[in-house]
Amino acid sequence: MNTILAKLSAKRELSVVVAAFVILGALVPLLHVALPEESPLYVPDYLLQLLGKFGCYAMVALALDLIWGFSGVLSLGQGVFFSLGGYCMGMYLMRSMAGEGVYKSALPDFMVFLDWKELPWYWLGFDSFPFALIMALFVPGLLAFAFGFLAFRSRIRGVYFSIITQAMTYAMMLLFFRNETGFGGNNGLTDFKRILGFSLQEDGTKLALYLLTMLVLFCSYLACRALVASKVGRVLRAIRDQESKVMFCGYNPRDYKLFAWTCAAMLSGLAGALYAPQVGIINPSEMEPSSSIEMAIWVAVGGRGTLSGALLGAAVVNGLKSWLTASFPDIWLYALAALFVLVTLLLPDGIVGLLQRLPARARERREQAGKAQSELAALAGGQVGATPAEPTQGKA
Amino acid sequence: MKARIVALLTLLVVALQPSVGRAEGFGEILEGLAADDIEHVEASIHKLSETNDPRALEALSAMRDRKLRIVEGEHVLALERAGKLVRLPDGGALAADVKTRPVTLNNTLRRALTPALARLELVSNDVATRRSAAEALRRSPSSELAPALRRAYQRESDPSAKQTLGLALAEVDLTASDASARLSAVQLLAASGEVASKSKLERLLERGSSGDYLEPDERVRSAASEALSSMRFRELTTRIVGDVLYGLSLGSVLLLAALGLAITFGLMGVINMAHGEMLMLGAYATYVVQIVFQRHAPEQFDLYLFVALPVAFGVCALTGIVIERSILRFLYGRPLETLLATWGVSLALIQTIRLIFGAQNVSVAAPSFLQGGWLALEGVVLPYNRMAIVGFGALVVAFVWLILTRTRLGLDVRAVTQNRPMAACMGISTARVDMWTFGVGSGVAGLGGVALSQIGNVGPELGQGYIVDSFMVVVLGGVGKLAGTVLGAFGLGIINKLLEPISGAVLGKIVVLGLIILFIQKRPQGIFALKGRSVEG
Repeated sequence: MNTILAKLSAKRELSVVVAAFVILGALVPLLHVALPEESPLYVPDYLLQLLGKFGCYAMVALALDLIWGFSGVLSLGQGVFFSLGGYCMGMYLMRSMAGEGVYKSALPDFMVFLDWKELPWYWLGFDSFPFALIMALFVPGLLAFAFGFLAFRSRIRGVYFSIITQAMTYAMMLLFFRNETGFGGNNGLTDFKRILGFSLQEDGTKLALYLLTMLVLFCSYLACRALVASKVGRVLRAIRDQESKVMFCGYNPRDYKLFAWTCAAMLSGLAGALYAPQVGIINPSEMEPSSSIEMAIWVAVGGRGTLSGALLGAAVVNGLKSWLTASFPDIWLYALAALFVLVTLLLPDGIVGLLQRLPARARERREQAGKAQSELAALAGGQVGATPAEPTQGKA
Repeated sequence: MKARIVALLTLLVVALQPSVGRAEGFGEILEGLAADDIEHVEASIHKLSETNDPRALEALSAMRDRKLRIVEGEHVLALERAGKLVRLPDGGALAADVKTRPVTLNNTLRRALTPALARLELVSNDVATRRSAAEALRRSPSSELAPALRRAYQRESDPSAKQTLGLALAEVDLTASDASARLSAVQLLAASGEVASKSKLERLLERGSSGDYLEPDERVRSAASEALSSMRFRELTTRIVGDVLYGLSLGSVLLLAALGLAITFGLMGVINMAHGEMLMLGAYATYVVQIVFQRHAPEQFDLYLFVALPVAFGVCALTGIVIERSILRFLYGRPLETLLATWGVSLALIQTIRLIFGAQNVSVAAPSFLQGGWLALEGVVLPYNRMAIVGFGALVVAFVWLILTRTRLGLDVRAVTQNRPMAACMGISTARVDMWTFGVGSGVAGLGGVALSQIGNVGPELGQGYIVDSFMVVVLGGVGKLAGTVLGAFGLGIINKLLEPISGAVLGKIVVLGLIILFIQKRPQGIFALKGRSVEG
């Protein structure tokens, strides 16, 4: 009975998500292209760019949900993997415009500024787009694998793991803020001109990037869904709930967690690679520990352990942020603070959890009301003074 | 023929140098300073320096300071004494309306003046003058002065001036042609151990372009290399001692920042991401107390720090208790949620402080007794505020230790830490213990904030910079152990400072974070592990 219900709700979830993607992937671009600018339904440039950015954030939220919501490992370093992906793409974008900077040099401007004579070895190869794309997945994946291998091997878990990931985030931020590291210091990489020969200022390129983001986001949603439904996903959930029992059953939690953790890092890197060309800048402030913690609240608001919740949370929190920082800048931090506190206190399952619980609760209430009515009817039937009705148990 | 030429030349020389051959009076030599011919002036300076006359010292130092003047149209020198223009050398008064101009002074003459003055100062009757002259010569020794130095050295009666002169002489003698003189000079410099003469000794060991040593004598070279290695060793020890001292002070800062966290995280298992903001609140409490003292009791200003301590403790403890009662107590047993909720609290606290005091840093003036510093070693100055923090850190550790081991609350805290259900069964109100423990932990963070306000900027984001470090200290030291926190803090502080000169401040910090991550591989429980049989979830 329960599994049927779960399957039904999973199907409903899928159809809602597909509908959302149809709106975002087809209707929004259509409104942008087909309607005249005066129309009230016209989707302006900035909104399209904003939605594209949110799409990248939603991918990070998916990744974080994979390891936090399904594996019970809270990462406070997802921003690092995201930025590393962004930097890899940014390096390609910088290399592709060699000779067009302010100094007309083959090197990126900031290197000329630092008086460097040649590219550092780790910038080699980034003039090729496929290489940069592979690196955007490989570099975050490698870092996550090495870090996760060390951490999971010595059974660091729970808050310890979170704190250590935060320390890693802090260290990476410091590293990327240095000018000598070779990634542009605190200015980061910016002033991109074109991607694969298409100008980034062109409307068409922007639209294509937006559509690509939505497509990749949808595919990663489906991939995560398949992963979660697979046996690996079930083991991961078991580890989240009772790690020692899983161990006693003969599974090695380290390997499963390491797999999920590395996948999540690579997905975040991919999101970063899509983010850099759309936003036009990637700098170390993305690596600040606070940005990574903010990513956790996206997932918490939407609902941990539900992939659609991650997508919804990223959209809701970032939408709120864009609106509040523009209209009431002083209030935004309070609103974010309130989200952190209230969601953890009152909404442990997030918005999606609340939505799932509402129908169940309504049904419960109907059943209870029906029961009470029949009891009343029985009482009214003239059996006053008979054995009192058994106290109803809380569980329905 | 030859004899005639020699006679003629002699005649010529005698004619050109009118001074040679007859004793000049002091007045005549002095008058030479007023000559138009630079070479003549230079010669006069040289001659004056050999007169050993205090009047020459007066005239030449006046010349160096551009106070020596020439009366217009005459060859009469003048300078100001006690506000009046007097004639040199007899000191007769000059008419007030007489026109004067400064004596010509160019670089050639300045170069001539410096050794001349030094020579005159060396024979001065004033000990202080002799000492400073010896010091000046020691810094820039020149071989021309060697005879004068030697004479002054033999004559010198003041021991400190004599020692300095000996060193100056030794530096000059390093270039002497006599090998034994060089050797004794090297030995003298080595014995003094002055780092300043290092480069001179290094030059002795250099090779020339032909591959030969510049210093031909083998004994001198070996003495020099021996002296150098002992000097380098001393330099290294000085640096390490300095780094360790600075590391101790950084460690105390970390300790003060982490101690409150050790209580809330270590004993209660609560991840308080708002801990950094408790530091910040403590620092702002200090700022407010300081303002109150400035307005109402400026004469007692230095005392504000002692008032700020209980105020900061109270403000932070109260804030902590409110947070615990209103939020944290609903989240016990859900550490990840606690982490997120307290992060939210920290955002709200930062924004509130920003709205009240502004986003800019505020300035907290140090009381007068914390200003200045103490010269611990050559080149190592310890500021008083840093030293006070080390002492203050020790006091706070003692305070926390007393609370934990000598009070009823401490007993209850330890009982609850070890076994919560059992403590509850024994009649301990665990909820009340939680509340007070969190209050004390936050209050101690407030005390740390007072200390931080004395050494750095006070701004709304003060706490953010310390949160990662504080957690690292607690994780490194081991959860639930005060000794571990102390050791972790000092260990991190000293390692940080020792790495700084090698790899730079930022890279040093990154290396330290990496080391911690690796360290936890080996000892996941930190330096001091709690002994017990508790099984993790």
